[in-house]
Amino acid sequence: MTRSFISGNEAFAHGIRLASPGVISAYPITPQTIVVERLSEMVADGVIDSDFIHVESEHSALSCVIGASAAGVRTFTATSSQGLLYMAECLPYAAGGRFPIVMMNANRSVALPWNIYGDHRDSLSQLDCGWIQAYAQNAQEGLDLALMSYRIAERPDVSTPFMVNLDGFHLTHTYEMADVPEKEQADRFLPPYSTQNTIDFDTPRNLCFSAGPDHNTAFKAGEHAGLMRSRRAVIETEEEFSAIFGRKYTGLTEEYMCSDAEFILITLGSISGLCRDVVSSLRKSGMKAGLLRLRYMRPFPVEEVSAAVAGARSICVLEKDISFGFAGTVFINVCAAIQNAGICIPAMNLIGGLGGRDITEENIRAAFQDMASGKTGVVFIGMEDLKI
Amino acid sequence: MTRPTARNITEDEYFFGHKACAGCGGSLAVRMALKVLGSRAVAVLPAGCMSAVGFNFPQLCFANNAMISTFAGTASMMTGVEAGLRARGEKDYQVVGFAGDGGTADIGIQALSGAIDRNDNMIYICYDNEAYMNTGTQKSSLTPFGAYTTTTPAGVKIRGNIREKKNMFEIVAAHGIPYAATASIGYVDDYMAKVRKASEVKGMKYIHVLAPCPTGWGIRPDETVEYARMATDCGLWPLAEYGCGEYSLTRSMKDPGLLRAYIRGQKRFRHLRDPDIEYIESKRDARWEHINRSWKAP
Repeated sequence: MTRSFISGNEAFAHGIRLASPGVISAYPITPQTIVVERLSEMVADGVIDSDFIHVESEHSALSCVIGASAAGVRTFTATSSQGLLYMAECLPYAAGGRFPIVMMNANRSVALPWNIYGDHRDSLSQLDCGWIQAYAQNAQEGLDLALMSYRIAERPDVSTPFMVNLDGFHLTHTYEMADVPEKEQADRFLPPYSTQNTIDFDTPRNLCFSAGPDHNTAFKAGEHAGLMRSRRAVIETEEEFSAIFGRKYTGLTEEYMCSDAEFILITLGSISGLCRDVVSSLRKSGMKAGLLRLRYMRPFPVEEVSAAVAGARSICVLEKDISFGFAGTVFINVCAAIQNAGICIPAMNLIGGLGGRDITEENIRAAFQDMASGKTGVVFIGMEDLKI
Repeated sequence: MTRPTARNITEDEYFFGHKACAGCGGSLAVRMALKVLGSRAVAVLPAGCMSAVGFNFPQLCFANNAMISTFAGTASMMTGVEAGLRARGEKDYQVVGFAGDGGTADIGIQALSGAIDRNDNMIYICYDNEAYMNTGTQKSSLTPFGAYTTTTPAGVKIRGNIREKKNMFEIVAAHGIPYAATASIGYVDDYMAKVRKASEVKGMKYIHVLAPCPTGWGIRPDETVEYARMATDCGLWPLAEYGCGEYSLTRSMKDPGLLRAYIRGQKRFRHLRDPDIEYIESKRDARWEHINRSWKAP
């Protein structure tokens, strides 16, 4: 293990190096570029024995790694924002083909207006495409997710592609201390790549085929089952990870002071750190505040969310996303989960951080005050006076 | 190795049991290429006629490894397959793509250009039936001048396709590709020889094979081969090769006078008037002036 002062992108590149994919293919887009630049350097210097394929678009990047995955090797690609949307056709393709591809997405706003800074509208717009979606909180978690994502995705009972999300700039470009594991540890953790749906010269396969009305449902239900089984895979993988690397993770969510909380803020990604500080501070002033961080959006932590908020008086979902014409996507998912658990409490949706705007400590404190007053509805931070 | 011909080619079949239309030229192009390439060919086919007729679970029609790519992603998926097989230590395999004219010259041209630029070791075959036939005959950029399609109807104001066929062969060659060729399912020995040659050249290869579609062209199913030959014989579809910076004809125009019969015999051209045909002839003649001046004779 080496203690290093590195950015989120660099930490992630180390995670990928340790997983040793046979084929890496990517197209550059800010703020993803550094992860592929570092990997290109590692390939050029012979640090990893991977083929780095320079494609002419994100669509080709994912199409290429689907082909390589079908050929039977571990793969990696990375993108962001417009690039994720440009490759969108290939996302359900990879999931439907049950190819355990790993992709890093540097979360970034979606045009128009053009904006290179971080929000979650890119990845959350692709929530339904059949990929596992995890959201890192810091560089260390990004690195660890890079390793764990392969272990989870490649399990035969899961066989589902995995998208690891890092907040653009806040995580991708911010430097912090992270433990970089040794290759020997990574090799003990991650078994050699092996999947069923590969090209085979002894028993030739027809892959990525059509399935008409009689058969389609069976394939789609199987895809859903694979993604649902990743719930257990996440827990088991984190136990295996902890045994080798010593760091513990807490499954699909991470609770902070939720057990007796009356007011729970639910969020995801890098903003969680500041939210935790605010919760600590509010606790000191006597408010029973809590924070629930969603580490995964797919599979959605239905039971975890319901259990965490079961005793709360009200909740607020703070997210960097809006599903225009309704509410934030995270909020919609949370509400569906607790509704099915029979929990009926005021729920508010705070939309912030769009296009990289800072979410301040005051904004988060205000959210708790709103919860205490039982406020509901969708509110854009800083746009409270907007007449809709 | 002996030059493959219709007489000595293997009786093994790699593409059968599919539901292509009677007289389908595209399925013949796929079938004959796989006979040349053999069981270690891995075929990648985008959305289009051949994937639509050959991959309907549980009726899967390829005896070798084969997969459907996205419509735009034939060449990039081929690249991934090739790199993946190499990474897992396989040897003596051929990655071959079969994409239609729309999948090649329209939606797939970007990925194809990228693959040629990388000079990946694989064979891309465009089976050209001159329109989007799988979706019911819509214009592609390889639809010839004058042709009726459902999106270039023979109207009162505009009569059929007003654009020329895109010159994919020379577009591909302009990348400096190691080997490119035009071929026809009407001259199957020439086509198979080019597939064989492509399999022996290292780097990226492109073969553009004319593959008439009786359904879309308005000819009888037993006329597919005849019309494929006529296209070459009348000078509209020259058979040629490109390599080492040089173009070479592999078959000369037989009879310029055949053009009228070629056009008049197909329902997709029945609205054309004599001046339209004269225009097609003049374009052909201009092209042959260029060919005769700068391409090597057979």
